[in-house]
Amino acid sequence: MEALPHYLSLAVETIFIKNILLAYFLGMCSFLAISKKVETSIGLGFAVVFVNGITAPANWMIHEYLLRPGALVWTGIAGMEVVDLSFLSFIVFIATIAAMVQLVEMVLDRVSPTLYQSLGIFLPLIAVNCAILGSSLFMVEREYDLLESSVFGVSAGLGFFLAITTLATMRYKLKYSDVPKGLRGLGIAMLLTGLISMAYMSFSGINL
Amino acid sequence: MARKNGLKTLSTPLGEDNPITRQVLGICSALAVTVKMDTALVMSFALIFVLVGSNVIVSLLRTLIPSRVRIIVMLTVIATLVIVIDQFLKAFLFDISKQLSIFVGLIITNCIVLGRAEAFAMKNGPVESALDGLGNGLGYGLVLMLVSAGRELFGSGSLLGMQVVPDFLYVENGGWYVNNGLMVLAPGAFIILGLLIWLQRTLTRYTEE
Repeated sequence: MEALPHYLSLAVETIFIKNILLAYFLGMCSFLAISKKVETSIGLGFAVVFVNGITAPANWMIHEYLLRPGALVWTGIAGMEVVDLSFLSFIVFIATIAAMVQLVEMVLDRVSPTLYQSLGIFLPLIAVNCAILGSSLFMVEREYDLLESSVFGVSAGLGFFLAITTLATMRYKLKYSDVPKGLRGLGIAMLLTGLISMAYMSFSGINL
Repeated sequence: MARKNGLKTLSTPLGEDNPITRQVLGICSALAVTVKMDTALVMSFALIFVLVGSNVIVSLLRTLIPSRVRIIVMLTVIATLVIVIDQFLKAFLFDISKQLSIFVGLIITNCIVLGRAEAFAMKNGPVESALDGLGNGLGYGLVLMLVSAGRELFGSGSLLGMQVVPDFLYVENGGWYVNNGLMVLAPGAFIILGLLIWLQRTLTRYTEE
């Protein structure tokens, strides 16, 4: 059981300290576009957690068994140890993500129509969300193993969820305030995100 | 007349209809690569290459692509171009490519590229699409340069790697000046871009409701 604290600290680190949105700026477009309403942000947040939790391990397996230098040795064909397909990773990852999103959409439609109703419109949006592709690429760059990348995928999604709901609730309050004309909308959302990100930086001293 | 329109396609994304500050596209990378000006510059060139290329290719293919699968076709075109530029950077500018880390790969999901392919290249010919791609790429580059100049100047006291703030002003050398560490970190990027958006929108008198 001594592995548990390791995964727990990875999760806490990914959610708070290295928040995918506030520290690495991934998924900003949908973050800014969707956060006008609290309900839709919660929907998108859940969808990201869900899809990211699936695509990160899926892409890990593809990278480990197909793309990584020398990955094709398991096929037993001679000379495979020099084959390096890692340059294909972008195109394969994005295709996997798009296919996974489609698959999740179909399965949800069949298994849980209520969940599909609430996540439905967000799922196609997610295929081009940089947070998803970004987590897959980070996972390769940081050399996680399968379990670590699953934990990383889910907690990166949770970090996104937390950030987007925070901003959405703040923007809700903002409706009643008198913002200078040019700053309305995107400008003030940007400054607010800066302040939220500054608040999250206070976690950075924590050593786990 | 055609030339005038072409010029307009090229110039409006630079100021008035800037992809970042007005269309709210491509913000992720605009924030992430702007700690130093040289990374921002390389990133802008990479994006311009991908954007012009994808706009031209998508525009040439626009009558052949069935609309139901257009997103995945566009993504494939874009991803191929991104692989080309990523391999190029790894071969010739390895240090900067290391600093840009995953953000070159993230050009694939950069909303500017997909957004322009969808909104412009699917409806227009290759020449206009190339101009549109160039204009939007330059508009993106302009914002990147401004944000990174601000962050590098206040965060490290230099521009394009050259020291701008004189040495004797620093506290270590008996002066009074200290670099603003916040600018190098994430919040600095958000705040500088927020202020830039405010400035651009005030100048163009645009109000979002």
